[in-house]
Amino acid sequence: MAVKAGDKNCEVASVELAAGRHTFAVTNTASQVTEVYVYAAGDRIMGEVENVGPSTKRNLIVDLPAGEYQVACKPGMVGDGIRTALKVTGKAAPPQTLDQNLQTAVTSYQTYVESETQALVDTTATFVAAISSGDLAKAKEAYPAVRLHYERIEPIAESFGDLDPLIDMRIDDATPETPFVGFHAIEQKLFEQKTLDATQPLATALSTNVGKLNELVKTVELTPLVMANGAKSLLDEVAASKVTGEEERYSRIDLVDFAGNVDGAKYVYSALRPALQEKDPELVSTLDKRFPALVGLLDTHLAKPGDNGYIPGSPYVSYDTLTPEQVKALAVEVDAISEPIGQIAGVVTSK
Amino acid sequence: MSTSPDPGGPHGRESQPAPDSAPASASAASAPAPDSAPAPAPASRGFSRRRVVGLLGGAAVVSAGVGAGGTAAAFAVSTTDDGSPESGQTVPFFGANQAGIVTPVQDRLHFAAFDLGATATREDLIALLTAWTNAATHLTVGTDVGTGAVTGEPGAPPDDTGEALGLSAARLTLTFGFGTSLFTDATGKDRFGLAASRPPQLADLPAFPGDALNPALCGGDLCVQACADDPQVAVHAIRNLARLARGTASVRYSQLGFGRTSSTSNAQVTPRNMMGFKDGTANIRAEDTAIMNAQVWVQPGDGPAWMTGGSYLVSRRIRMLIEPWDSTPLTEQERVIGRAKGSGAPPGKSDEFDPLDFGAKGADGEPLIDPNAHVRLAHSSHNNGAVILRRGYSFTNGTDDLGRLDAGLFFIAYQRDPRTQFVTIQKSLAGKANDALNEYIQHVGSGLFACPPGVQPGEYLGQKLFE
Repeated sequence: MAVKAGDKNCEVASVELAAGRHTFAVTNTASQVTEVYVYAAGDRIMGEVENVGPSTKRNLIVDLPAGEYQVACKPGMVGDGIRTALKVTGKAAPPQTLDQNLQTAVTSYQTYVESETQALVDTTATFVAAISSGDLAKAKEAYPAVRLHYERIEPIAESFGDLDPLIDMRIDDATPETPFVGFHAIEQKLFEQKTLDATQPLATALSTNVGKLNELVKTVELTPLVMANGAKSLLDEVAASKVTGEEERYSRIDLVDFAGNVDGAKYVYSALRPALQEKDPELVSTLDKRFPALVGLLDTHLAKPGDNGYIPGSPYVSYDTLTPEQVKALAVEVDAISEPIGQIAGVVTSK
Repeated sequence: MSTSPDPGGPHGRESQPAPDSAPASASAASAPAPDSAPAPAPASRGFSRRRVVGLLGGAAVVSAGVGAGGTAAAFAVSTTDDGSPESGQTVPFFGANQAGIVTPVQDRLHFAAFDLGATATREDLIALLTAWTNAATHLTVGTDVGTGAVTGEPGAPPDDTGEALGLSAARLTLTFGFGTSLFTDATGKDRFGLAASRPPQLADLPAFPGDALNPALCGGDLCVQACADDPQVAVHAIRNLARLARGTASVRYSQLGFGRTSSTSNAQVTPRNMMGFKDGTANIRAEDTAIMNAQVWVQPGDGPAWMTGGSYLVSRRIRMLIEPWDSTPLTEQERVIGRAKGSGAPPGKSDEFDPLDFGAKGADGEPLIDPNAHVRLAHSSHNNGAVILRRGYSFTNGTDDLGRLDAGLFFIAYQRDPRTQFVTIQKSLAGKANDALNEYIQHVGSGLFACPPGVQPGEYLGQKLFE
């Protein structure tokens, strides 16, 4: 079944399907890299393809029991996306026990982490290739997409204490024994010093370390609690270093990192949602409101080429163009969602 | 010397320095010591403002020249329970060591760092220290500085700012320190001829991973730690000292603190910090003289003799990320700290003072105290035995631009050698891969000061440094 994922549309060849396995043949007709998701209620991800370049095709294979779904195309890989409703009739999914729901959530999140890490490897390769080719503008343009994938799985990456600083340290973390390396060291060269000088060794090392991360994430033992704490940690990251404009201080693409963290937390929530629904429907009802509110607010800062504050490669405006009132509004929304997100751990671990 | 009502006097004074101590006025600040150094002002001789107000209530105004004899008369007017002045309300300023270090921690803090002006000379610095010494002898016994708040020349601005009228000394201590920049400034300049006297222990703190230091909240040529049980008394002290410094030094930053976050005495219960946890359970205690001498007080031969009997102060303004912390599950909070939030006990134990067993494992084979728990990484067993005397305070400066509580810990620690004490401990804690607490805190300010030994009657603060 064909899906045309455009800049302003998300055309699905057929919107009424029979229950069973379906293959969506995704063609990116947009001008930028896109993602396509099939969501169940509460944006629980049934299947996804990421990092689909313009004019390229990818297949999305997904098993769909009877129910209401949405296909979401996300040009620029961020935001709520353009949605098309799907109705699936026929055999319903068998009822799941709580343990089964939790197990499904863990398996689903494991897949997400692995696919995000693979996307990180792929986008890093594009970024490093641009650096190697000596194309400063292209390297800068490739940077935001890499960061998005990293930020989506940040708590998992941070669980590898030795590797994470080599990939994501800030200049303030550097000491004589541990020099400034990784994404932000390159970011400083590209965006502040506006040079590719001395970036090749940094890029090569980054590539190696991202490759190591890709191997290590396959060994992570995920549990519902690890997931819940991870989601909380993602929101804490937003509060501490994204909404404050601390993290991407040279490129000012802090909102990309912000979106990545929110995406990661939202994935955890969506995966755990069936289990949470059973144990704490009120929490689900709260988070079903809070996530769209936060994502909706973030989407008001999307930017296209030519817009004030547009950064090539970034779907969001530069942090520098945000007014203090806009920053505060974002902070308030982050704090508002952090409280219910913090409750997930207690719900999934309670007997 | 006598106390005699002097209602008709043109310059009636409510409280008055002893006649043999120079007035702590701006003019004194420009007069070189030591001949104008203050005389002894032991606690037993001080007037409390409360008592003075009592006198005023009786329409009596105390004349100039209150001395020991006068004190007794004053007591006769305002009786105290045991005949001693303001029992429990004063901490002696003079002594072998400065007060405010091993003194049982008071409830409130006003800490200020000062920068000397571009034109300030060595003589100006000495004059300032003399004026501060003089003022401190009055403030710490609850009397006004100079000619008082309402008893000076009516046509002139009052010497004392007055907001502490009627308040006791509230155990006020004033602890003074010399910053690294006093010896060698940022450009390497020796402005006051002190570089040769800089102790090796006063080595600039290294940059720690994750530091988010705001230069405006760091350093300072001088510092004053004012601690009291009444915030208005502490603020009054810093305000008046800052006023005396005008023209010579200005406040670089200051910090109000409340809710002591450590006990320095066995007599004090362990307080809670802004994270809701008991803080300072394992602090070293003033009662342990041997450990104070080994870890807090500079000993003969440690470095330049002028610091013997002194101590090194490290201050860190630590912002807590309150909102993320508040929405963190209790189990995670307790994992991060390494103690139970309610009792303060180590994991698996029931009492706050049960020993921390870093080798203990739970039924699942995992360490009971997380490998990255704050208590583990901060503990002396993890830091070559390094300990410090903590004397910090909680703070909140209201809310920030994002509507978040601007709160945290104004960390203060005293030690004999920061290089092997604070620095060793902070190196264990700093960085994302170390203390789990780092996810919820940011170090935004930092200071390092050499606090000289205590002042003897007739001396000014840190006098040996200048001899």
